[in-house]
Amino acid sequence: MSILIDEKTPILVQGITGDKGSFHTKEMIDYGSNVVAGVTPGKGGKTHHGVPVFNTVREAVRETGAQASITFVAPAFCADAIMEAADSGVRLICSITDGIPAQDMMRVKRYFLRFPKDRRPMMVGPNCAGIISPGKAMLGIMPGHIYKQGSVGLISRSGTLGYEAASQLKALGIGISTSVGIGGDPINGSSFLDHLVLFDKDPETKAVLIIGEIGGPQEAEASAWIKENFSKPVIGFVAGLTAPKGRRMGHAGAIISATGDSAAEKTEIMKSYGLTVAPSPAEFGSTVAKVMQGA
Amino acid sequence: MDVHEYQAKEILASHGVDIPPGTVAFSPDQAVYAATELGGSHWVVKAQIHAGARGKAGGVKLCRTYHEVQQAARDLLGKRLVTAQTGPEGKPVQRVYVEVADPFERELYLGYVLDRKLERVRVIASKHGGMEIEEIAKNTPDELLQVIVEPAVGLQQFQARELAFQLGLNIKQVSRAVKTIMGAYRAFRDNDATMLEINPLVVTKDDKVLALDAKMSFDDNALFRRRNIVDMNDPSQSDPREAQALEHALNYIGLDGEIGCIVNGAGLAMATMDMIKHAGGNPANFLDVGGGASPERVATAFRLVLSDRRVKVVLVNIFAGINRCDWVAQGVVDAVRAEKIEGVPLVVRLAGTNVEAGKKIIAESGIPIIQADTLAEAAEKAVAAYKGAK
Repeated sequence: MSILIDEKTPILVQGITGDKGSFHTKEMIDYGSNVVAGVTPGKGGKTHHGVPVFNTVREAVRETGAQASITFVAPAFCADAIMEAADSGVRLICSITDGIPAQDMMRVKRYFLRFPKDRRPMMVGPNCAGIISPGKAMLGIMPGHIYKQGSVGLISRSGTLGYEAASQLKALGIGISTSVGIGGDPINGSSFLDHLVLFDKDPETKAVLIIGEIGGPQEAEASAWIKENFSKPVIGFVAGLTAPKGRRMGHAGAIISATGDSAAEKTEIMKSYGLTVAPSPAEFGSTVAKVMQGA
Repeated sequence: MDVHEYQAKEILASHGVDIPPGTVAFSPDQAVYAATELGGSHWVVKAQIHAGARGKAGGVKLCRTYHEVQQAARDLLGKRLVTAQTGPEGKPVQRVYVEVADPFERELYLGYVLDRKLERVRVIASKHGGMEIEEIAKNTPDELLQVIVEPAVGLQQFQARELAFQLGLNIKQVSRAVKTIMGAYRAFRDNDATMLEINPLVVTKDDKVLALDAKMSFDDNALFRRRNIVDMNDPSQSDPREAQALEHALNYIGLDGEIGCIVNGAGLAMATMDMIKHAGGNPANFLDVGGGASPERVATAFRLVLSDRRVKVVLVNIFAGINRCDWVAQGVVDAVRAEKIEGVPLVVRLAGTNVEAGKKIIAESGIPIIQADTLAEAAEKAVAAYKGAK
């Protein structure tokens, strides 16, 4: 088991014929992902890496039964692409795009509310590395070989810090059930909490590592929920202890602007709700190992 | 992106928000001329910098004569103004805003923010304007008023009216406040702002409602469609290294430590800074070279980091995903040769795709680069190199 995706999940790629879309489509296919369709308006009827290309997401879903989509669409047009996927019945939308205006994401999230809860899509990102269920499928841009298949769930706002964690775990022989990059923007498609709910129900996942950063309320919200509802051990970390106040640290959402935004405050909140906090970003692997031995 | 007060007011005025008459000036003579043009008997001369708390720092001067206007402009222009929000080095004052100073009866607060938890625009108002919002929230939390905007339809008149009545305004003032609250919302929405603050929003004896001070910040991700905002950019207000980094699409933030950092990915860059601190050192900067980490970008990053004279050691930490370590390693070696980097110990940690090939390139380059395998080792070696160099 894993969450969100496995080797059977039929995937469609929005922006499949662009440079990035094309490169990562090949990487995903090579990893074993079931890529069934691509969409580029105006290129319908062609094939790319052996995958049929359609003009619209609706057509692609109708013809291939695609259930998950990944968007390699320029920031100015990405909100539109996400809403198109949602309206066409895609259930999982992963957006890699960095640079979507916050007000566009606000509209996207509002648009999702028009679907009843049981038909509302799950969105991952934007500005993320995507999702990987090691040994099964990849819906993202990460280097697949650094992930070992196993029983730790990983949720990270940052892409490269997620890689760092995955490789530390692999070096200790610890594998991952699914790794989800929720992205570095101020408004995310989904939060730590959304994926913790799924990991809770996944019998293969024995523990979860959540890697947050400065800015925003999601680490605190997840920690409170974990204390009340989560049955498995959770290891946490918040990057940006040395980040100055009021400065945007690379990610659009990584900025200390209000009380509770700083790494020190979030770390304290995590501890107060019973999470085990990794003492440094070099100790993701060893902390997870220690917790799993104890469990 | 931030803009000056006078620019924020221009934007607000174009959306129907009333402001006191005022003009921007770049010289003392221009300031005097502005005052004569504006008329009136009292003026304020305000330093235009991208930071608040100007009043307490002497950046806002009340003047009763043209001579005082000239003197105030002379005192401010060409100086660096240090306020509670600028940091010790302050911000350069290159423009002043000359504004007619008429008496007012009440000072209110009106603010708009993008609320990350609600994923909506939140409008905040208070009867107690004229001080920092943090202070208002601390002193009179029960009197903080707010409405949440439904993004599908935008702010509604009734919401603005409710706020206006709750602010204790009379009916004549209410209709003007509604116009202000609605206009400011449109200014926020139509320019992709992330923050808008009118503080104070004043009420005059003759029932006028005026934006006396205004602050706006804009979403960098939306600047591609806000040419009008981009044109307002004043590079003098940013750290020159950060402005230079921006030109190369690198994310750089200067700090005050001694270990320069070149990292790919924002999260890993922050974690690397944290790790340096953890190992007993201090990071000199945040720098994300981006996912690609191409040789050209690495070379630019070196130039940028080394332009900071405090830097005594450089730590390069690259986790190669879609790029490869051998390619990044070649980029580092080429950059060190091209930039003639000498006398500054260099610690390089490569991880991910093709890591062995990358390490080999560095080992065989003949350049005295200190290699590290893990994040912890990299930070420890960088701190040790700093202590050795000192």
